Amino acid sequence: MRRAYFKNNWVAALVVAPQLLIIFIFFYWPTSQALYWAFTLEQPFGGGSEWVGFENFQYLLSDGRYWDSVRISTIYALATTALAMGMALTLALFADRQLRGYKGFRVGLIWPYAVAAPAIGLAFRFIFNPSAGVASYLNQAFPDIWNPVMNGDHALTMVIIAGAWKQVSYSFIFFLAGLQSIPRSLVEASAMDGARVMRRMWDIQLPLLTPTVFFLIIINITDSFTDSFGIVDTMTSGGPARGTNLMVYKIYEDGFRGLDYSGAAAQSIILMVLVVALTLFQFKYVERRVHYS
Amino acid sequence: MKLSLVSTSVLALLALSGAAVSQTADKIKFDYWYGLSGQLGDVVAATCDRFNESQSTYEITCVGQDGYANAVQNTIAAFRAGQHPTVVQAYDAGTADLMMSGEFYPVSKMMADFNIDIDWDNFFPGISNYYASSTGELFSMPFNSSTPMMYYNIADLEAAGISTPPATWEDFEAALVAIKATGKECAFGYEPSTWIDMEQFSMAHGIPIATNNNGYDGLDSEYVYNTTLHVKHMENIKRWYDDKLLEIRSTQGGLNARDSFAQNECSLYFGSIARHAAVGLLVDGKFEWDVAMIPVYEGTARQNTVVGGASLWVLSGKSEDEYRGAAEYLKFLMTEESERYWVSNTGYIPVTKTGFAALNAENFYANPPYKGRELALKSLTYTDPGPLTRGIRLGGFIQARSEWTNEVQAALQGDKTMQEALDTAVMRSNDVLNKFARTYRGKQLP
Repeated sequence: MRRAYFKNNWVAALVVAPQLLIIFIFFYWPTSQALYWAFTLEQPFGGGSEWVGFENFQYLLSDGRYWDSVRISTIYALATTALAMGMALTLALFADRQLRGYKGFRVGLIWPYAVAAPAIGLAFRFIFNPSAGVASYLNQAFPDIWNPVMNGDHALTMVIIAGAWKQVSYSFIFFLAGLQSIPRSLVEASAMDGARVMRRMWDIQLPLLTPTVFFLIIINITDSFTDSFGIVDTMTSGGPARGTNLMVYKIYEDGFRGLDYSGAAAQSIILMVLVVALTLFQFKYVERRVHYS
Repeated sequence: MKLSLVSTSVLALLALSGAAVSQTADKIKFDYWYGLSGQLGDVVAATCDRFNESQSTYEITCVGQDGYANAVQNTIAAFRAGQHPTVVQAYDAGTADLMMSGEFYPVSKMMADFNIDIDWDNFFPGISNYYASSTGELFSMPFNSSTPMMYYNIADLEAAGISTPPATWEDFEAALVAIKATGKECAFGYEPSTWIDMEQFSMAHGIPIATNNNGYDGLDSEYVYNTTLHVKHMENIKRWYDDKLLEIRSTQGGLNARDSFAQNECSLYFGSIARHAAVGLLVDGKFEWDVAMIPVYEGTARQNTVVGGASLWVLSGKSEDEYRGAAEYLKFLMTEESERYWVSNTGYIPVTKTGFAALNAENFYANPPYKGRELALKSLTYTDPGPLTRGIRLGGFIQARSEWTNEVQAALQGDKTMQEALDTAVMRSNDVLNKFARTYRGKQLP
């Protein structure tokens, strides 16, 4: 394949410059700042800082609380991903079958992705409210069975459901696109061979969807590590008893509320490494190994 | 021709910029960021308008930051970028952090520099000590000041055969039992609060929160509240919770403790006197209620509580004109008229003795809706502040509060005993203090 290129490198540089500048200002510069703070004890007002090497990291990694946060974040990431993708796949399979009104559903199911996380948090906070919300009927039937205000596990469940709900639309779009790119002839041929709906899904559609599935797993996990802040902030503020203190919320809590800039910087570096690793994993293995044919 | 065109345009530019200069010279502008939100924030904004209308030399621009924590963190971010306001409202818990930063203009020095005469002894000592250096120099201007109170439903207490509000925790427990016996579902709407359960509780009992006189005497302090009467108190709260004598009421659970009280669901509630106005509006005459000082345990001598709320800090790196404006604004807030405006539109208490005396002279506190608020001052001035009741001067205190809250929640859930929870909270808060001391290694508390 012939490559098109600019003869004049200056023009190329000029065209790329604004984008590079934006990336530098909004990504590389803050990252380098955080990296520096992670190795120092930084005074909030910037009065000076002391180089402490890996001490901030050592403290974190030997801190049970931090590992609790990692554990909760992992549970949250896996559970929201499984829940969101399961729901999205089911919905996409139905929307793809062109049942009555599927066009309306297709548009309607994409909407939730446009809802801001704090708004979702508020809505679900009401739904799961143990004494006033929809869930209060559950408590009326079985007293004290549901209490996210005092029970950390309940609170985490609640946050997971809200987070998954938000992610459903995104996965839905990809699944639907994936399903529609499967040649109709394959599905029709198997139908003629007598395969019923479920059989066709299992043997034709799902295997052909695997690239989409793996792509979405990575995207959803990455997203749930970084994009859960708004939901946690409005629904639980990380509580009760740190039951929903996800890594990204802990960074906010320690850094901005607690003014521990260095500890928070070290945490964000760890989180960044984690997300970068997940992305690399996707590029290196998933994209290469999983494909059609 | 070309030259003259250039020169005329230059002249025009000069004229324009000159006009701009003369326009700003009309009024000296400076910024003020505040943390209060909602109705209280509206009243802060109103004080700014009143200041701007009262004189024509300065113009203050007030920007609400929606919450104390936001006000501090936004100020820090702005400070690092050189875009910070001249005046910022910072909460009590952030005092030590701001003091150690050194990036402020002590208000007592500023007022002296601009020849504004302020009688510093006029502040209630329970209020000014919190914001003063070890030598008594006031670093920030006391502004919105409160202290916790016990809110009670008069009819519910009377139905339970109690005519005076409980003054001891023993009586308080008896009251809970009696109220429950009348069939009231929620006797006490409770939400764990470091400020009330730990800080003010320790003040009222004259027991230490941390060594070094609660941190005033050095950065190498350690928390000790897991060894004091505070433990017994928290164990009682846990027991009341288990016996269903109290109910947890938080915003996350729908109705917070204040609204549970105001909607006649719970008979007792502990909260800041600053909520007095809001509770009055919410209750709206539907039932009789009043406030009392927080109880103490039998056999202990009641001490003063300390101030909560926030003070106004003047930050460094501003021009002399802006400082003069800030000084004028602070002076304006100190006038009797401003104080009356502030305390009558919010539940906060006056910070000066003369302000309080003037209000008393006109029987301000004799009738609703202000009746009862004078008890907050009684609580604040109950005794003269001693070494343990001056206030709290501990770095990273916001994190320490969060450690306490989370551990107490865990104990209330039944994950661990209250003693274990408080031990853990103390251990972890000491780590915070240690880190704070190391961050400011070689510096002393001013």
